[in-house]
Amino acid sequence: MTLELRNVGWNAGFKKIISDVSLRVAPGEFLGLIGPNGSGKTSMMSVLAGIRAPSRGQAMLGDQPMKQIGRRNLARQIGFVEQQADTIDRITVREAVGLGRTPYLSLLTPWSEDDSEIVDQALGSVEMRDMADRMWHTLSGGEKQRVHIARALAQQPDFLLLDEPTNHLDIHHQLGLLELVRALPVTVVAALHDLNHAAMFCDRIAMMDRGKLIAVGTPEQILTSQNLRDVFGVAADIEIDDQGRCHIRYHVGTSGHTGIKKDRVA
Amino acid sequence: MFEKTQDQSPAKSRAGRAYLGRIGATGVALVLLVGVIAIAAAKGETHIPLGTVLQTIANHLWQAGYDVDPIDSGIIWNYRISRALVAAACGASLALSGAVLQALLRNSLADPYLLGISAGASTGAVSVAILGFGAGMVSLSLGAFLGALVAFGFVALLAIPAGRGPAAIILAGVAGSQLFNALTSFIVTKAATADEARGIMFWLLGNLSGVRWPDVYLALPVALGGLLVCLWHARSLDAFTFGVESAASLGVPVRRVYAVLIAVAAMMTAVMVSIVGSIGFVGLVIPHAARFFVGTRHGILLPVSALIGAVFLVLADVVSRIILDGQVLPIGVITALIGAPAFALILCHGRVLR
Repeated sequence: MTLELRNVGWNAGFKKIISDVSLRVAPGEFLGLIGPNGSGKTSMMSVLAGIRAPSRGQAMLGDQPMKQIGRRNLARQIGFVEQQADTIDRITVREAVGLGRTPYLSLLTPWSEDDSEIVDQALGSVEMRDMADRMWHTLSGGEKQRVHIARALAQQPDFLLLDEPTNHLDIHHQLGLLELVRALPVTVVAALHDLNHAAMFCDRIAMMDRGKLIAVGTPEQILTSQNLRDVFGVAADIEIDDQGRCHIRYHVGTSGHTGIKKDRVA
Repeated sequence: MFEKTQDQSPAKSRAGRAYLGRIGATGVALVLLVGVIAIAAAKGETHIPLGTVLQTIANHLWQAGYDVDPIDSGIIWNYRISRALVAAACGASLALSGAVLQALLRNSLADPYLLGISAGASTGAVSVAILGFGAGMVSLSLGAFLGALVAFGFVALLAIPAGRGPAAIILAGVAGSQLFNALTSFIVTKAATADEARGIMFWLLGNLSGVRWPDVYLALPVALGGLLVCLWHARSLDAFTFGVESAASLGVPVRRVYAVLIAVAAMMTAVMVSIVGSIGFVGLVIPHAARFFVGTRHGILLPVSALIGAVFLVLADVVSRIILDGQVLPIGVITALIGAPAFALILCHGRVLR
């Protein structure tokens, strides 16, 4: 099964947020989505998740347009973790993960042992089984993020979509979370801010700028000095290590924001 | 690792047990409710023994043929039972609407009157009572109901272009309520005599005095129907725990659920307000009290909210009838006077437990 956008555009009111995006997510891959703030990553993620219908073009799951598949069926195939979803409700970790079973439940198919089993598995795959009975509001940021991922996994999706999953986590938890996600047996699309993380974990990277998808390819193809300067406006050297991985080394004083400093020196 | 399982045999027995448990709990709830209503029928300016109350009920429900004083029987059946039933339906509806709106709008301060309904109802009521709208063909209740619908329509029309999200709905509700409250004040100040103004104020604070059986036939089906629709959507409401987008990603048809549940909450509230006036506090606070007892999952929260709301309002009505000799206090005064300190207790207690 593939997830595909065909010439997709999306407007917020009259403002074009993304336009003419075509992208095909292959089964089993870890696809990273990078781009500066406001380049349309989040909008594209929500179109890809089927939460927003494209204003133009088509979003396809398999060979069917998403709008013909229906919300409930989409939710059985695509799990989506937003940036920073929080709640003031007093719920336990297990209850939060249990929400992932929503697309499978109805009056005629109430909660069953199977659902409990699936929730248990999902908790296990993010190593949160011990904390299953903790209250949500007692969790740290990293734990909350892992619970969100477990909730998405409880949907038993083929695709896991993560919008900046490592925001607000310390470096240890950032790496831990991405390693964990990479090891999961699902196709992953993740919007990432840290380009070194994108280089380390992604099979392919899609780069966005001003609402357009400007390049898709392997990390070595996308993360070039040229692209970093043109799209992100920073100067950097790219080193390829002996395992073929890129590492980005940024240069200080070239981002265009240091004019004041230079003036002072002068 | 994440295969989709089909086998459901052990699941069935567990579901069956849960089903039996639910029937048992419903039974207990109904007994509690009937008990409170019986007490409500016994208490009042003239105290009537509980035995007589039960005999009267038996006489009316299945012609039991007990020998009951016809005056007592009349008071119990025609005045107090009908009044208690409407109070129960009203308390349940307001609490349910509050619980549903708090869940949908992700706001603990949401209450049934947020949608402009009580403001619209009072405008409707003063239009009929003071301006003579409808030339005697429209009753106060019908006027209030129409006013509530107009105000809700106004709020809905305002919320749709404003973005349909929780914030848009809340702000549209505030704007609508302010507008219709201003209209009410304008009409009262311009045209009302002192007596009319006092009567309207009494009505606005909630008043069960004129309630009879025809009101029961309206209030009870609306409350029960509303409860069923809300229960039907209990899982969808759970899915709103982490907000609207998260609900959408869990497969909930967000727009449809919003439209259906907000319309149902508005209808329930409009009907109740048109019968008894705008009783405050119940819709805001009872859901929080219920959450404190049974948690936030709507499959259990909604029926428990409805039950607590019903019991609370029946008891509040009893207190409003007996607290002052020879005078009935507006029930809205009682709900706030008892409710606010009780809620404060729950709040502080809950805080300590955290």
